[in-house]
Amino acid sequence: MIGSALISGLGLGSMYGLLALGFYVTYAVSSTVNFAQGSSMMLGAVFAYTFGVRLGWPFPAAAAAALVLCALYGLLVELLAVRPFATRGSNAWLMATVALGIIADNTVLFTFGKEPRGFSLPWAMASTELLGLRVSALQLAIPTIGLALAALLHWFSRATRLGKAMLAVVQNAEAARLMGINVPAAIMAAYALSTVFAGAAGIMIAPLFNVYSDMGTVFGLKAFAVAILGGITSAWGVVLAGLIFGVVESSITAFLGSAYTQIVTFTLVIVALALRPHGLFGAAALKKV
Amino acid sequence: MKRLLLIAALTAALPALAQETIKIGLVTALSGQSARAGEALTRGLQVAIDELNAKGGVLNGRKFELVRRDDEATPAKGVIAARELYFKEKVAVLFGGLDSPVALAIVPIANENKMPFMDPWAAGTPITKNGAKDNYVFRVSAVDEIVDKAILQYAEKTYKAKNPGLILVNNPWGESNEKGLRAALAAKGVKPAGIEKFEQDDVDVVPQLSRLKAAGADCLFLVGNVGPSSTVVKSLDRMGWMPPIVSHWGPAGGRFTELAGPSAKNVHFVQTYSFFGPQSPVGQKVLKALMAKYSDIKGPGDVTPAVGVANAYDAMMMSAMAIQNAGSTEGRKVRDGYYKIDRYEGLIKTYVKPFTPENHDALSENDYVWAQFIDNRIVPVGMKH
Repeated sequence: MIGSALISGLGLGSMYGLLALGFYVTYAVSSTVNFAQGSSMMLGAVFAYTFGVRLGWPFPAAAAAALVLCALYGLLVELLAVRPFATRGSNAWLMATVALGIIADNTVLFTFGKEPRGFSLPWAMASTELLGLRVSALQLAIPTIGLALAALLHWFSRATRLGKAMLAVVQNAEAARLMGINVPAAIMAAYALSTVFAGAAGIMIAPLFNVYSDMGTVFGLKAFAVAILGGITSAWGVVLAGLIFGVVESSITAFLGSAYTQIVTFTLVIVALALRPHGLFGAAALKKV
Repeated sequence: MKRLLLIAALTAALPALAQETIKIGLVTALSGQSARAGEALTRGLQVAIDELNAKGGVLNGRKFELVRRDDEATPAKGVIAARELYFKEKVAVLFGGLDSPVALAIVPIANENKMPFMDPWAAGTPITKNGAKDNYVFRVSAVDEIVDKAILQYAEKTYKAKNPGLILVNNPWGESNEKGLRAALAAKGVKPAGIEKFEQDDVDVVPQLSRLKAAGADCLFLVGNVGPSSTVVKSLDRMGWMPPIVSHWGPAGGRFTELAGPSAKNVHFVQTYSFFGPQSPVGQKVLKALMAKYSDIKGPGDVTPAVGVANAYDAMMMSAMAIQNAGSTEGRKVRDGYYKIDRYEGLIKTYVKPFTPENHDALSENDYVWAQFIDNRIVPVGMKH
């Protein structure tokens, strides 16, 4: 039972981690987040389903096209729901991103339909025996891809020009602007990246799950808890927190029973944050006035 | 003078009244996830109404007319639609409430205003057993607490199940069935291996199922709509565990095979009717009428979900009998008209005294059929195709 709880937990945990990574990138650059990350995740799955199943494209092409559209959606989120408010010092982006997510969910409801659809990928679902446990290829791929994306993000921010520029924006937006760094562009890139992470999570979860308009809602919520738990200022922190959250969640279900899952998991989140207010892996931020 | 005018107006209206159609209301989900089921109810009602009207209607030639409203599966919209149909459209009988919460919200309106409400789908036990002293709510459909007994009976008979594990969706419907299943198990002195809940949006139910497996479950009792039910089947697939699964009718509500994959056929679920196999004369007649009226129906496999069509058809026929018995469309008289139905050779069965003041449910556990998905069709278990 430990083994199967671990596998379930790591799979779900990497999903939370990927969504939370999306919260991290935008927060790091602009101190804002897209609260409707769940909708971005849903869009990834819906686009991939549309290209892959309805239009019959091969999976890699469908996934790539879906991610490109997700990136565009991320730009839209920044342009419509964040920038107009953040540039004027208002916190209304909180509400605006939620609203845009609801609009996205409902647009999908009308165009895609309310009936859940199955996105079957036989090669991804083929299961093998591993150390006495049955694991599907996808269940191995999800944490691998999740961690790889986190590593890629790490490399990108340390080794590329745009990444360094983005980090500069984090440290001091005003100074970065004076140094000739295009701050709005860096923020837009962060939003595009953020929805791409969520979209990737959506595409990977689709074969395990069903595709429908509000499939991302609960994920988005848990991912935000994960982002805060991890300390939203650390990329590795949020990914690790995601994995921990996933494993704790499925272990509680496996050992105490499903009646306790939500109660115990979220109690633990509160306790953890009470003990470490800046998250498990976050550093206390200094706010200079 | 005023009184004279009134009398004149009334007498002028009388002949018109005699010809007036009798409106039958339907409040159901016509859009969204359950739209298919709402359409099935519509078709069952419409075929029955066409048949009744062709025979000259009831009450000396009054014909029936169907008025539909979409409740979008939400109680608030259902209540608004029910009020509109009762008070503005003045329907003689209101059909509807595909979802139990919607039906439960309409029940008090029907009872307070003494207007008949016929439930051809929602299975929530308290819809008909609503505690009202003067009950106007009838049902021709499955009832949760009876389905729960039938699930246990079927599992014991078919699979010799001794240690069933319960896997239930965590919502009011799952809760209602948990109560029913616990009662059914207790009545037979069976101890369940475990009772596990899962969320509507859960992706992975492996932890819950692992618990049931570890507790030695030899059969699973499943309650959940089509999406959640498919999650359970996919999780079982990943575990490589395939116990017999006996289910409420959730899987029938959508593309179960597409969602759950090839193992979908392992789930045996309850239905009230199937158009497959040898049909009674009524069954042949209804299928023929459906094929003539709806171009997308080419055979029994296209009548989906069959329970919606069958329940609505029988419920409409018996409602017409109730109105005929009442001699009017007045609510109280129609209600009592249902009690006066002695015998009706229907689609699902031959009903004998289907309704009494104590019993407002026309179907019992003996009327259920067990079905499974073979590809995209719901067919009775064990039928060769």
